[in-house]
Amino acid sequence: MNCKNVVKELSSYLNGELDPRLMLDLQRHLNNCEDCRLVVDTTKKTIQIFCNSEPVPLPSDTRERLHKALANRLRKPRS
Amino acid sequence: MVDPVDANPIASAAAKADDEAVFVRAAKRGDVNAFETLVNRYENKIFRLALNITQNREDAEDVMQEAFLKSFEHLDEFQGNSRFYTWLVRIAVNQALMKLRKRRPNQISLDEPVESEDDLMPREVEDWGPSPEERFAQTELNEILSNVIAELDPPFRIVFQLRDIEDLSTEETAEVLGLSAPAVKSRLLRARLKLRHKLDRYFRKGDNP
Repeated sequence: MNCKNVVKELSSYLNGELDPRLMLDLQRHLNNCEDCRLVVDTTKKTIQIFCNSEPVPLPSDTRERLHKALANRLRKPRS
Repeated sequence: MVDPVDANPIASAAAKADDEAVFVRAAKRGDVNAFETLVNRYENKIFRLALNITQNREDAEDVMQEAFLKSFEHLDEFQGNSRFYTWLVRIAVNQALMKLRKRRPNQISLDEPVESEDDLMPREVEDWGPSPEERFAQTELNEILSNVIAELDPPFRIVFQLRDIEDLSTEETAEVLGLSAPAVKSRLLRARLKLRHKLDRYFRKGDNP
């Protein structure tokens, strides 16, 4: 496996969806290629950082308008 | 109904998913408070989703309201084959896509831009150190994340949002967006690499505090 193939298979590798034989090839390449190791590591961190980020609470006026609109609709019988 | 997960901060995500079904069943029986509990639980996430897709606060607010109202109106159609949250995300994405197409029909293309395989290859790769998140305050980090995601073209932004942030499967994402599974995979790979590259300027070891 070369660097180009590593990048091509990167998503499947990170998702744990890679065929076991390809996985071994890829890991063997990573043992010998620092650039690819860094790409795998920083892409993994990219996903983790987004996954771990908590959404910012709604601005209070936005939240107020949402709940007002819902209250108007929710208290009416459903069609 | 009071949300027991909110009352207990150490409750697990699994418990949250389990009791989601309890609130959905109650809401289906007409328990308005149960539905409001679901809204309180997901409003921040649905707003972020809508904002990440539309990139416009006013549109995101409309999308969020419409998504919750529609989900309430169509609650009887929710069969429980997926999590309620996944179903809600589908509704919100459809609303957001409609908004995006309506607002900017000539500016926004949801087709994947043509790029060669060589464009994928990262260049000048550097280490980020063990935990780049610890180098930034939460508000600063949130700003960085929303800036870099805003820089992505919509086809990549939306797939990344659904697959990696909302945790939809490839098949669910393909269904919501009307794409094939290979197209979702291709966009996800490109989105991840583009975001990696954009975050690199903030997180490179030694370049920042």
